[in-house]
Amino acid sequence: MPTNESLADLSNSLLLWAIVVYALAMTCYAIEYAFGAQGAVAAVVRRPDTRTVRQSALVGAGGDDAVPGDVESGSAADPESQPRDESSVGWIGVLRRAAIAATVLGALCQVGSLIARGAAADRVPWGNMYEFICVVCLVGVVSWLVACVTRRQLRHLGVFVLLPVVLLLGLAGTVLYADAAPLVPALNSVWLRIHVSAAAISSGIFLFGFVCGVLYLIRHGYDTRTSNARISSGARPLSFPFTLGPRLPAADSLERLTFRVHALAFPLWTFAVIAGAIWAEAAWTRYWGWDPKETWAFISWVVYAAYLHARATSGWRGKRAVYIVLLGWATMMVNLFVINLVQTGLHSYAGVS
Amino acid sequence: MLRAMTFQARRLWGQLVSMRTALVLLFLLAMAAVPGATFPQRDISPADVAAYYDAHPTLAPILDRFWAFDVFGSPWFAAIYLLLFVSLTGCLISRVRVHLLPLITGPPAAPARLSKLPLHATVGPVTRSPAELADTVRSTLRGVRWRRIRQVTEPSGSITLSAERGQLRELGNLVFHFALLVVLIGVAVGGLWGWKGGAVIVEDSQFCNTVQSYDQFERGQLVADSAITPFCLSMSDFRAQFLPNGQPVRYEADVRYEADKSDDDSGARTTEPRTPYTLEVNRPLRMDGAGVFLINHGYAPILRYTDRYGTVFESPTPFLPKDNGLSSDGVVVLPDANQDPDGQDRAPNVQVAFEGVYVPTAPPLPPYVRSEYPTRRNEGITLLGYQGDTGLDSGIPRSVYSLDQQRVAAGDLDLVGSAFLRPGETWKLDDGSQVTFVGTKQWMSVEVSHDPGRLTALGGAAAMVLGLLVSLFTRRRRLFVRCGVGGAGIGTTIELAGLTRADSEAFAAEFSRIVNAVREVTSQQPDFEDFPNPSISSKS
Repeated sequence: MPTNESLADLSNSLLLWAIVVYALAMTCYAIEYAFGAQGAVAAVVRRPDTRTVRQSALVGAGGDDAVPGDVESGSAADPESQPRDESSVGWIGVLRRAAIAATVLGALCQVGSLIARGAAADRVPWGNMYEFICVVCLVGVVSWLVACVTRRQLRHLGVFVLLPVVLLLGLAGTVLYADAAPLVPALNSVWLRIHVSAAAISSGIFLFGFVCGVLYLIRHGYDTRTSNARISSGARPLSFPFTLGPRLPAADSLERLTFRVHALAFPLWTFAVIAGAIWAEAAWTRYWGWDPKETWAFISWVVYAAYLHARATSGWRGKRAVYIVLLGWATMMVNLFVINLVQTGLHSYAGVS
Repeated sequence: MLRAMTFQARRLWGQLVSMRTALVLLFLLAMAAVPGATFPQRDISPADVAAYYDAHPTLAPILDRFWAFDVFGSPWFAAIYLLLFVSLTGCLISRVRVHLLPLITGPPAAPARLSKLPLHATVGPVTRSPAELADTVRSTLRGVRWRRIRQVTEPSGSITLSAERGQLRELGNLVFHFALLVVLIGVAVGGLWGWKGGAVIVEDSQFCNTVQSYDQFERGQLVADSAITPFCLSMSDFRAQFLPNGQPVRYEADVRYEADKSDDDSGARTTEPRTPYTLEVNRPLRMDGAGVFLINHGYAPILRYTDRYGTVFESPTPFLPKDNGLSSDGVVVLPDANQDPDGQDRAPNVQVAFEGVYVPTAPPLPPYVRSEYPTRRNEGITLLGYQGDTGLDSGIPRSVYSLDQQRVAAGDLDLVGSAFLRPGETWKLDDGSQVTFVGTKQWMSVEVSHDPGRLTALGGAAAMVLGLLVSLFTRRRRLFVRCGVGGAGIGTTIELAGLTRADSEAFAAEFSRIVNAVREVTSQQPDFEDFPNPSISSKS
């Protein structure tokens, strides 16, 4: 019953270390991003029509092992992935490897922090808002690392993932912090493991998907701006977010990644909501009662469903569909912060006083 | 005229079932749900709605006119989701035609010009007959698990193969959308035939399941009184555990229950229900046709009031907890106090009421209105005594949690004094009556509910997830092969083409692997040991 104070302290200091290490990794990524071989001053590389490249490669190359068009594994067809790989030999490469190592280390610190927390309170470590955000951030980082294993051209983009993660963790560790403690009776259920972990994991993947969507929009905006500039030859300088564009992977490839990440997160989120409904039936007598948290979970679900539909609708695929992703993440954030901290409902487990 | 109308109707229907409309309706649904999470809702917390009315006296009635406090039962919310489901159904009907039939009939014949397809490759020419090559290619395809193959011999002598994989994608898609309808049906069944009620049960008392015994009761439109499962439930002990800081960690109630037992049976109240059960949060008591859920708990102070004539009134009255220390408010109303047992007429204005604040752990110093801990470590009760006309003219002492302050203001009820009592202490009032704080019992509030649609909804939800997984993780793709007479007039050329809607990258890789495999097996004499599946190669 009583919490183990030394373990709780260990958990807290591990989280602090995780934030510090993430921040360090972020700095490495940022330096590498700014001064890498393809820095912000690199010439505009017009993306060739990948489809024709792919087909000619296919017809011409015959039995060549170079599998055509597999942009996602970073081997060919993305004209920018090749030079970047060469860039990883010099000090820039060392920096990148250090950054990735630091990210892994930070994630391990977070895992340790969560384990210590769970052991301290003798329960699963996602019983209040602070712990929930920690899990979401960990899942976000891990899903990015997993994506990096096969998609080499993502590896220098860590700064974009770690930025929201460090912000969320900082917020969680300061404003939202709650001491390790046993659960209130309403949370004491096997469904806490199922419902909350599914919600946290899918939220983490949605976080990663949101980052992919933002990167796609930046790259897409960069592409249209530079091609328009070429047409009108009006020398309008690129404004801030689009200046990041040239070093991002091809828009196509980012768009597909965004979809894939959401295609993974959406069924999980559906499952999380259903598991929540089953739990609600056992705890509160009804499986659905339009509690503010439930309502916002439903809103997010509908918005993400709209994204999946939009992507299959002609005229919506691409930029418009990805805007829905941003909207979806906004509803997730409303659900996490506004509903937990401002509204009173049955899901009042934030533990923030 | 009629034709014009049917044309218009068809056009309207076409628009309603289009993806674009579905998208707009989805957005509308999401937006429509927002006020439901912003404004307090009547079915969830009527008290909050009342508070909102107090805080915004001019705005609230206007909002109310637009169902802002009943969003999820409002006509406009219903309009959106009904339109969405009509659109969904229409969409499904056409999809069943387009996507389910090919599941049965197999892939379509190869198109005339394969070079128009997004993926295209040519192998050969090879000095073998089209039929021979078709067999070879066929077995190669089967070897990499393309099993649904249709073979067509064209008039020119060319042989085409069409193959398809991942057809389950559309099936999953259809299952997901049908399952949504099933969930809606489950919700509707629960709404029409379900019922629920809330009741407070004090330790050592019994509750029997009839509509009259509930503090509040809601039922679906098709629920008759007879549909309400008869059972009785008694509670003998309630245990709550707390951390040193007052946070609760466990609630348990020892109950006994008996189905098919009712209040009306003579003598039913004298016998205890038979089956014991430990009711907990997250561990409801499920009986056939009803579930009993532990919702809340609190203390019921027992006051013994002895009136001027010596008549004694004693019963526990549930008080409503108002903070984490379980400081509780309540009112004990005694409408029958101070009536002369020998008198003929009811004496007016002699009724008695006590307004109280009960604290399970009183602070060391007054005021004793805020409890320091939720268990009974140092309990006490502060009472305000009133005399006059309580407005309750008959019956037993009732548990209401607050006194009608209008009566106090109007002078119907006079404050006669106040006192703080610890267990066993007695307060003598000026009129010779006295009140003793005997002690407390605990109470629990339960919700009893019956939802006949919940398993339907659960089944629908499970099917939704399954359908979703299949439709999102299956890639549907088609492959066409034409073994035709080569351009130079010698041998046979193999043309391959591929088509997919989603994830063209992965399919391009798969396609090139197939092309390579075909090239390999046709460029040399077929060596059967290289075939993963040699046995079927010459058949069919």
